Amino acid sequence: MTQCHFFIDGKDIPFHPGQTIMDAAMTAGIYIPHLCHNPDYEPTGSCRLCLVKLNGRYVSACTRPAQAGGKVENQSEEINQQRKTLLQMLFVEGNHQCPGCEKSGRCQLQAVAYYVGMLSPYFTHFYPNRQLDASHPEMMLDFNRCILCGLCVRASHDGDKKDIFAISGRGIKSHLVINSPSGKLGDSHFNAHDLAASVCPVGVFLPKHKGYEVPIGQRLYDRQPISQVGDVAGQNKPAGRS
Amino acid sequence: MISNLETAENPEKLKRVVIEPLTRVEGHGKVTLLLDENNQIRQARLHIVEFRGFEKFIQGRPYWELPVLVQRLCGICPVSHHLAAAKATDMLVGVKQITPTAEKIRRLMHFGQTLQSHALHFFHLSSPDLLFGYDDEVRHRNIIGVIEDYPELAKKGVLLRKYGQEVIRLTAGKRVHGTGAIPGGVNKSLNTDDRNYLQKDIKQIIEWGEDAVELIKTIYHEHPDYHRDFASIQSNSMSLVNARGEHELYQGGLRARDAQGGDIFDHVDGVRYEDYLCEAVKPWSYMKFPFIQSLGQEQGWYRVGPLARINNCESLSTERAEQQRLEFMPLENGQPVHATLATHWARMIELLHCAEAIEQLLHDEDILGHDLLLKGDMQARGIGVIEAPRGTLFHHYEIDGDGVVQKANLIVSTTQNNQAINESIRQVANNYLSGHELTEPMLNQIEVAIRAYDPCLSCATHALGKMPLEIELLDADGNSLSRIRKQASGEICLGR
Ligand code: SF4
Repeated sequence: MTQCHFFIDGKDIPFHPGQTIMDAAMTAGIYIPHLCHNPDYEPTGSCRLCLVKLNGRYVSACTRPAQAGGKVENQSEEINQQRKTLLQMLFVEGNHQCPGCEKSGRCQLQAVAYYVGMLSPYFTHFYPNRQLDASHPEMMLDFNRCILCGLCVRASHDGDKKDIFAISGRGIKSHLVINSPSGKLGDSHFNAHDLAASVCPVGVFLPKHKGYEVPIGQRLYDRQPISQVGDVAGQNKPAGRS
Repeated sequence: MISNLETAENPEKLKRVVIEPLTRVEGHGKVTLLLDENNQIRQARLHIVEFRGFEKFIQGRPYWELPVLVQRLCGICPVSHHLAAAKATDMLVGVKQITPTAEKIRRLMHFGQTLQSHALHFFHLSSPDLLFGYDDEVRHRNIIGVIEDYPELAKKGVLLRKYGQEVIRLTAGKRVHGTGAIPGGVNKSLNTDDRNYLQKDIKQIIEWGEDAVELIKTIYHEHPDYHRDFASIQSNSMSLVNARGEHELYQGGLRARDAQGGDIFDHVDGVRYEDYLCEAVKPWSYMKFPFIQSLGQEQGWYRVGPLARINNCESLSTERAEQQRLEFMPLENGQPVHATLATHWARMIELLHCAEAIEQLLHDEDILGHDLLLKGDMQARGIGVIEAPRGTLFHHYEIDGDGVVQKANLIVSTTQNNQAINESIRQVANNYLSGHELTEPMLNQIEVAIRAYDPCLSCATHALGKMPLEIELLDADGNSLSRIRKQASGEICLGR
């Protein structure tokens, strides 16, 4: 296969035709912040966090094919400022009380926020009123933390072939829904070992009767930044599943 | 009473100051006094805004979050809430007895916590009154004054607290608001590096603990009459004791004794607390008034905390602390000690006990074990009882079949001391304030009485001896005779 080259922040990056900027960057070990991207599923470019500049124009790295000789700007102050603002909006749209959250220390949203230097949510909190779904015997859903990345939707559709999750509503009213007669997870065909359960980058999918079992200091992002550790989904992958 | 303060009759004659910390719920205390036509005090009341909101907002959360969520109720003794909630969730997950490693790690965490909390209270909050006197100059009567006049003592206070927090960090993951205790056990034990690190300083910590007991003993005996009489009240006492009747902070049965030391109940399983205790509500206070059911509301109020624990126990399990207890108990010829200021002494005996108990645990191989967690059959009701630094603490949760909290009831130590604190204030008001024009040192006497109980309201605003406080003298018709306010900044405002 022919190998071409492009540049990220001046560094020479090889790629195969058809690879996106994100694919090539991941292969080369270059971190481009992202939340809705998972190499196992079709990219959607919806979280906008992987915003980079290709030859001076904004593109989302997860959807844009790499271009031979292209010059990509990833780690500039300007771009990280945009990412920080995007993250601040995500934090205030949901209810993210990290100190009490079971996912704290191993949450991708929190880790990316640390990575880009987000120190406060800045915007006024929406404090939406969202209920838990604790109806399934093994898995609880805490919608308070949903960032609508759509990863569980894609994993359930493409990986599990179950179509249990969907995003319904428009604009600010968008929300995750469950494909079951009552709309509850307990009434669906969901299984705690489904791929959909392993891809959530935040703290929506929480295995029941377990919590805080990994001590502080040993959690995924306690010692190293996300740029070195990688995504939550990579760690969660059920054994034997690709 | 509150409405009288809302609309003063002659506002033009009053000095007006906006007290900004009053908007913060924790740490705000208010005392109101009522006078009859002879200027004798007829009523004295303490008002505190309690943290009731927690019981509401944890409803609808999964039970396994409780130990981590509820500890945020407090910044000084979060470990007590962490462990009381963990014990309640042990019951929810059907675990009657956690593993030896889990229990010893939790105990270690709790001893570390009580050590640091008692050190904070004695050295930072109370030592200015005890060393300089209640009528010392306001500018000097604080921890800065202690640092200037007694730098070595202040340093010991800081380092004792630091040591306790290091114990917490290594057992809970963080100095404040960690995650160590989880339903059915703990998420970590100690490794040998951690143990060696803590062993390095423990001898010194025990020495300093002993010095602290000697110091408070000397202070007490310098003015024995004052210390015996000031804010002194006859009360029932309640605390946990172990099966041998020894002092117990983590796990035991409830013991209540009357003012003469007679048993009211003993070795009661905390799970049955509702059969023995009731909570009364009074229209003028946000805080409830717990009492012992069998004695009724009038006679059944009781004291919890260091003094109640030392009064109630047969012995302490560590040598030096037990020696100190044996010196303490003869104060009232073997009868329970009711001198409110002796609480400081009892607190330091406990601090010494915690230091010794930490040393014992650091020699126990179980703290290095790996058997951390047990699971059992889920239960719908979980109750955890523990001795927090300030006294007995109850956490009671009920969950539905999905594991979601439906109901919560927390009875914190300060609430159980509510009536006792009020009684002490009344005693001070009656014996020291009645018939006088109010002055700042007088106001501080009320604070000295409150402070002896180390109530939780001191956590946030009392850090530099600046509890915002308001005292008002009213005649029998409710007219304001005199009013004095101390702001959180320390500024004193007198007015009519
Ligand atoms: S999901 Fe992540 S960002 Fe949200 S509260 Fe939990 S740890 Fe914080």
